[in-house]
Amino acid sequence: MHNRLLLFIPLILFSLLSLFLWKGLSLDPKLLPSALIGKSFPDFKESALLDAKRELNQDDLKGQPVLVNVWATWCPSCRQEHEQLLHIAKSGKIGIIGLNYKDDRAAATQWLQTLGNPYQFTIFDESGMLGLDLGVYGAPETYLLDATGKIRHRHIGVVTEESWQEMQAIIKSWEQVSDQ
Amino acid sequence: MIPELGEFALILALCFSGVLAVIPLYGAATLNVLWMNYAKPLAAAQFTFIAISFVCLGYAFAQDDFSVQYVANHSNSLLPLQFKLSAVWGGHEGSLLLWALILSGWTLAVSLFSRNLPLDILARVLGVMGIIATGFISFLLWTSSPFLRYLPRFPQEGADLNPLLQDFGLIVHPPMLYMGYVGFSVAFSFAIAALLSGRLDASWARWSRPWTNIAWAFLGAGITLGSWWAYYELGWGGWWFWDPVENASLMPWLVGTALLHSLAVTEKRGVFKSWTLLLAIFAFSLSLLGTFLVRSGVLTSVHAFASDPERGLFILILLLLTIGGSLTLYAFKAPNVKSESRFGWLSREMMLLVNNVFLTVMAVTVLLGTLYPLLIDALGAGKISVGPPYFNALFVPIMGLMSIAMGVSIAARWRQTKLDVIKQNLLIPAIVSIIFGLIFPFIYGDGFNFKVTFGMTVSLWVLATVFSEFKAKFRNAPNIMTKITQLPASYYGMMLAHIGVAVMAIGITIVSMYSEERDMRMAIGDSIELSGYQFTFKGTLPIKGPNFTADQGTLVVSYEGETVAILHPEKRHYTAKRSMMTEASIDAGLFRDLYVALGEPLADGAWAVRVHFKPFVRWIWLGGLLMALGGIITVFDKRYRAAKPANLEVKHA
Repeated sequence: MHNRLLLFIPLILFSLLSLFLWKGLSLDPKLLPSALIGKSFPDFKESALLDAKRELNQDDLKGQPVLVNVWATWCPSCRQEHEQLLHIAKSGKIGIIGLNYKDDRAAATQWLQTLGNPYQFTIFDESGMLGLDLGVYGAPETYLLDATGKIRHRHIGVVTEESWQEMQAIIKSWEQVSDQ
Repeated sequence: MIPELGEFALILALCFSGVLAVIPLYGAATLNVLWMNYAKPLAAAQFTFIAISFVCLGYAFAQDDFSVQYVANHSNSLLPLQFKLSAVWGGHEGSLLLWALILSGWTLAVSLFSRNLPLDILARVLGVMGIIATGFISFLLWTSSPFLRYLPRFPQEGADLNPLLQDFGLIVHPPMLYMGYVGFSVAFSFAIAALLSGRLDASWARWSRPWTNIAWAFLGAGITLGSWWAYYELGWGGWWFWDPVENASLMPWLVGTALLHSLAVTEKRGVFKSWTLLLAIFAFSLSLLGTFLVRSGVLTSVHAFASDPERGLFILILLLLTIGGSLTLYAFKAPNVKSESRFGWLSREMMLLVNNVFLTVMAVTVLLGTLYPLLIDALGAGKISVGPPYFNALFVPIMGLMSIAMGVSIAARWRQTKLDVIKQNLLIPAIVSIIFGLIFPFIYGDGFNFKVTFGMTVSLWVLATVFSEFKAKFRNAPNIMTKITQLPASYYGMMLAHIGVAVMAIGITIVSMYSEERDMRMAIGDSIELSGYQFTFKGTLPIKGPNFTADQGTLVVSYEGETVAILHPEKRHYTAKRSMMTEASIDAGLFRDLYVALGEPLADGAWAVRVHFKPFVRWIWLGGLLMALGGIITVFDKRYRAAKPANLEVKHA
């Protein structure tokens, strides 16, 4: 009789797993863009990637609209989107702030030196705590912040020309509101 | 018109698979021979109509019919024809249609090559496959039809195929992978049929073995191709990224490996029945789970080119019904787990069990690493992600332990192995591999390196034990030639696959430890040296392809003053998608690859250039292909054909 019960273990484990998968579906990051949309960028105190002595906090993100791009050298998709970021930075339409997530300082510095640096500055989030506060699912992710430092839009995955157009449309809509 | 025909054929296929899912199974339950006999023609009809549907979609692509949404989103009139056709499976809808086509193909194959199967087993196997097909074709028709139109106004030009996918690798990689994924549905169906019929003797293991081996071989070949494709197409020289989608294909492969070994034990010795059944259910369940993870958008990754929560819910329900249903059946009908004491500690059964446990632990490791972010999130503890460090830290040691056990199990005998035999067959391989492992880093590298020693020792251990076992087989053979022909094909297949493991392990060890990589700003005429090779940059020229423009660089590579290669990496700009692509240029060799990719254009004609020296990287894929080839060879074993219609044999005699 005892042995018979053992055969139910796989079924029980699978039931638990499917419960998680079902929850995972409802938590789908694309379905619920971010709990932080409309709220201020979380508080943080981290050093800058290229200047370990420079201390950054959320005030550094205020003043004008910016993109905050979460990246890491261990993330293959980040390499894929890098050129698009350089292109956006070159266009001068919006500044990009990097958020280097759970990474190695030397490797990340090397990355920017060889691939080009699209960022005005990069927040070095070695422990991943800022990423946690931000609800980062995985790299790459990109957040659009308005001039007051509020999160307005969240993009998950590689930034493409299409998603850049989408972000530009959002920025344009603010300009129209302020014109009126 | 043609796309509507495709949609209609798909609806008809659904009707046939719906009937296939019910009638033969009911016939088997009530012993109605007529109803059971419906299974074969239904399987043929289902395959025919899915094939028609597939051809219709291919035709729409070849004709640039941009009124079809799927074609408009994944093709372009300038795309070369071979890519137009492979674009059929370049997106979500088409790849699911390919999935369904392959599933119905496997179903048809089972119905054709099963003359020695009892009718009720055949009816049940085909019926279970019909249930799976019904689920997937419904999924296609309801949430992901590839035949939807843009009417009345449709685009004049297509959006083009993702440039990453415009490549030979994409033509062959997904079909191979799906052959493997879906192929496990056969082993799964045999397991379910055995559970339903209650006949859990060794014969179901014998019937499922060739199907399992061939599905496993396809899956392995598919993963290998994917790794090779990522290496040359993604442009940064890596061959495995622990990306969720790669993990999704690795998990069923690991469990499939455990399954085919476990099936061998069940067939030969009649033990581990419950365990083998469970592995058969898991191998296919993980294939389904992989589909769920990739298609639902639960996990984001490079590969997840289409994801949608509504589709995710549909697949999750499908998953619940298939896996939940089969595990419930398993819980009630699997044979009791007995304390099986018919073999000793140092028997081949025990060693295979140990290896099975290692393989399962590895699959669970990958599963946890892939799902962990999701679990943490579902528990409300925030969102996190695990990177390659997690996988490497856990995978490498288990891999090493498993390789050691692999060598022992090949020398072990069924039931019980005498210590003398172990000593006789394993002492020399052990000494040779340890010495080789210790010496290797001094000869190849520049001093002792524990990781290299460890990797090379276990690789050579696997290789040496294979040869030692081979030698032992011939030790007492009076005539070597007759012995060679006497040994069954499955024996050679196994040996080849094990050699493949060793070859792959050598490749992984050396490429991980001795690769060199340099990112450099290079002006025209600049040169750098890497592992003795001199790379000289000669500048770039603009070129034009069918649907892209590019800057093509030229680098001359010389070794000790002699030119060994001229490489032409490209930076492509695809017009329709307005996206940039890095096309690496590789001088391939058995012992080293020279790999060059263009980074960013800098001032004055200078470029950021990435140069890699990748020793032995080809061995990784060579090993993967040897394993797959080994799997295929086993299927030619006479044993699986000997049991053809018995009366025919009598007549010939």
